[in-house]
Amino acid sequence: MSQTKTVEEIETIELDRVVIRFAGDSGDGMQVTGGQFTTTSAIAGNSLATFPDYPAEIRAPQGTLPGVSGFQIQLGEIDIYTAGDEPDVLVAMNPAALKVNIKDIKKGGTIIVNQDAFTKTGLDKAGYASNPIEDDSLSSYRVIPTQITKLTRLALEESKLDSRSKDRCKNFFALGLMYWIYSRPLETTKDWIKEKFAKKPDIVDANLKALQAGYNYGITVEALPTYVVKSATIQPGKYRNITGNQATILGLIAASQKSSTPIFLGSYPITPASDILHELSKYKEFGVVTFQAEDEIAAVCSAIGASFGGAIGVTSTSGPGLALKSEAVGLAVKTELPLVIIDVQRAGPSTGMPTKTEQSDLLFAMYGRHGESPVCILAPSTPSDCYEMAFEATRLALEFMTPVILLSDGYLANGSEPWLIPSSEELPIINNHLIDPQKSQDEPFLPYSRDENLVRNWAIPGMAGFEHRISGLEGQEGSGSISYDPENHERMTETRKKKIKNIQKSIPPLEVFGETSGDLLVLGWGGTYGTIRAAVEELQKEGKSVSQAHLRYLNPFPSNFEEVLRSYNKVLVPEINDGQLSRLIKADFLINAHCLNKVQGQPFKVRELKEAVSRLIEN
Amino acid sequence: MSQLVDQGTLTKKDFASKQDVRWCPGCGDYSILSSVQSVMPEIGVPKEKIVFVSGIGCSSRFPHYMSTYGFHSIHGRAPSVATGLKLANPDLSVWVVTGDGDGLSIGGNHLIHCIRRNIDLKILLFNNKIYGLTKGQYSPTSDVGTKAKSTPYGSIDRAFNAISVAIGSQATFVARTIDTDPKHMQEIFKRAAEHKGTAFVEILQNCVIFNDKVHSPITSPENKIANQLRLEHGKPMLFGKDNKNGVRLNPNTLDLEIVEVGSNGITEQNILVHDEKRINPTIHFLTGELDTPAALGVIRNVEGPNFEEEVYKQITKVKELKGEGNLEKLLNSGETWTIE
Repeated sequence: MSQTKTVEEIETIELDRVVIRFAGDSGDGMQVTGGQFTTTSAIAGNSLATFPDYPAEIRAPQGTLPGVSGFQIQLGEIDIYTAGDEPDVLVAMNPAALKVNIKDIKKGGTIIVNQDAFTKTGLDKAGYASNPIEDDSLSSYRVIPTQITKLTRLALEESKLDSRSKDRCKNFFALGLMYWIYSRPLETTKDWIKEKFAKKPDIVDANLKALQAGYNYGITVEALPTYVVKSATIQPGKYRNITGNQATILGLIAASQKSSTPIFLGSYPITPASDILHELSKYKEFGVVTFQAEDEIAAVCSAIGASFGGAIGVTSTSGPGLALKSEAVGLAVKTELPLVIIDVQRAGPSTGMPTKTEQSDLLFAMYGRHGESPVCILAPSTPSDCYEMAFEATRLALEFMTPVILLSDGYLANGSEPWLIPSSEELPIINNHLIDPQKSQDEPFLPYSRDENLVRNWAIPGMAGFEHRISGLEGQEGSGSISYDPENHERMTETRKKKIKNIQKSIPPLEVFGETSGDLLVLGWGGTYGTIRAAVEELQKEGKSVSQAHLRYLNPFPSNFEEVLRSYNKVLVPEINDGQLSRLIKADFLINAHCLNKVQGQPFKVRELKEAVSRLIEN
Repeated sequence: MSQLVDQGTLTKKDFASKQDVRWCPGCGDYSILSSVQSVMPEIGVPKEKIVFVSGIGCSSRFPHYMSTYGFHSIHGRAPSVATGLKLANPDLSVWVVTGDGDGLSIGGNHLIHCIRRNIDLKILLFNNKIYGLTKGQYSPTSDVGTKAKSTPYGSIDRAFNAISVAIGSQATFVARTIDTDPKHMQEIFKRAAEHKGTAFVEILQNCVIFNDKVHSPITSPENKIANQLRLEHGKPMLFGKDNKNGVRLNPNTLDLEIVEVGSNGITEQNILVHDEKRINPTIHFLTGELDTPAALGVIRNVEGPNFEEEVYKQITKVKELKGEGNLEKLLNSGETWTIE
């Protein structure tokens, strides 16, 4: 404690926002701690956003750098769009957690460390030559060393749990302390503990005691300032916290209900998409069939087979899986069956960094098939937007008889945000393209006869009199029977392209945040929405002529897209890739889109965007 | 699928599509197509509920020539497409048509997992021991030494026995038939249709262009008596002229031995009786591995839990437990809070 700064009198400071990161060993329960802090803050009415950062290893050796698990939350009285650039506060449960995270922490920020973990062994594992709490290395931070392990043990002296189990309660001690510092009530977490461990009363008791002990420690030590982050002005209503992957499956189920089309998910486990398979498998009461296939190809092919049978076939994957599915997606393009492909993007190429986010599959989604093989491509912009866009993906697949690729990403999939729960009645009815066997006039039935949008008829096995064959081979216009006629092939290629283009009529125009013309448009897509919004808002407040547009429909683009692009002197396209959307814009419109690219497996920081915008406006 | 009912007025020709059949003249596929079309009116399934699914290869053109629903998919993936289809609508009778390249090479993974799950599909594997559509390369069932376009000095890799692959994948129904015997094919296809679960049928089929007569040691008129072991459930495994030859199990080596009834004191009592219902697959495996004579007929036919039934049982059970899904309730589930 010798190096701790002199502690002033207790202060209660009002903050308009704060960024907190919880970090510890992957066995330390940091995700639970962060999740509880999130829920409690949400109920307190803060605007917030979170970002979990898991280690890639299931259980890396305890105390080591690869084993560090983190959870970041930004909460505010003002509107919050991201989990924040630089944490104001770090809770570090061991030396490794300190070492991994210290570079991100704001200078002058607060670091609460579990002093008990800073033993010789702990320091060695983290690669510290000397104890950072005791040397000068942390002098630019406000360090609060706390004996979290020891105090937790003391609080649980009378518990019947063994010492190992007692030590596992220390995350609740840390959480209790943070609740005191941020003036938060304990009730939500107490209720959660009681429910979560209902069958283990000893653990309920111990966790409750640890939580309370952490809180009480804050009061008694009188060394800590307390903060208040007031409630934000939030739209009234009922909320829940939701991750991108959870929202995705809710969107799928909603679309299934609204189209009266059963859902079939064929999937193969892959990070960070597996939760879609896990979550959807829970909801069999909706008649959902989930099939864990033997590989990625079987997964997509089973979905295509299900679509042929009258279900909406869905397959969920990440980059490497999308690569394996390419040929089958082409089959769905040719046969014109509804298919939803969810690609939760991660850093590539090859295995890349499975737990890290990237937006680098856009061009692959666009062009990653042999032949002329257009598909519809959508991308959600926030975790909760995954609900709407998964619904949209399903709607467009059914209404246009086409594969739709939904480009989610690791940041959206695992990130969470409070979600104003929509009413299911707000959703439109989806008209799938199934023929009515009683009314159909075709004689003989022509599976590839089309409506005004060039969408073909959908008859399914079981419908008597409509027996037909579909194939990956090129088919004659109308009948679909095998054809090598050169002109027919060209006509069919054109037809498939125009059909995708016709989707434009069914999607909303691109909206702009800010002035509808001006110096600069920041154009994004996918998971960068929050960061761009936060940066643009700040820049607008600074008086800069900057607007934001965010694409959720990437193929086809919204009909007013080019008009929007041409309304600004310059266009900046920030992407977590090496410049993919910017390339499409240059190719399609000959517009010189400026790139801002980051390929670090991490989202942009608001600061990085602001700097890039300022540079571009000045030049 | 378990009871056979009359299909009413439908006949064989009602199952032929208008597409011109374009296999090479003399191809074994013609007689297989004809036999399948003959059987269709007798399997007790309305025509609109029958679907043929295939991959890529000569055999995979098959669905185009049937007037039922059909899906000619991509190379090796027919079992996966068919699995999704059957799961989406378990009421359908789904037939997979594949070949030795499609089913055992590029699609080997799907084939074994499909069989393992015992989903109710009928898989017809046309085995001509060669790649035909790509114009003559050796296949995973080609005998070692096969001289083909890609193996001018003879193939080196060992061949798969399709029956062994199926039994190794825990198949509940395994049969073998030949393209030269329509009556036998039809009987086997009917048996396959009756089976609840994956029914795997290997058809020894002749490729007249690239591998002509590869099966003649078994199928040709001069060899068929000596080299075909016609299996019948409950009957001794006898073959050859006047059923003079038979198969005996050597209990010490666990080998099947070919013996002559009447010599060395061997009587019919010593001949192994074919039991397709044996749970233990060992003897079925040995039977499938027999070379000359080759075993023809239903080798294995046992009961097993059926995948699509289990899938829907689970759905029904969850519905009983939780009630029919309610979207509004689902959206409002989990931890919620209200901002006023």
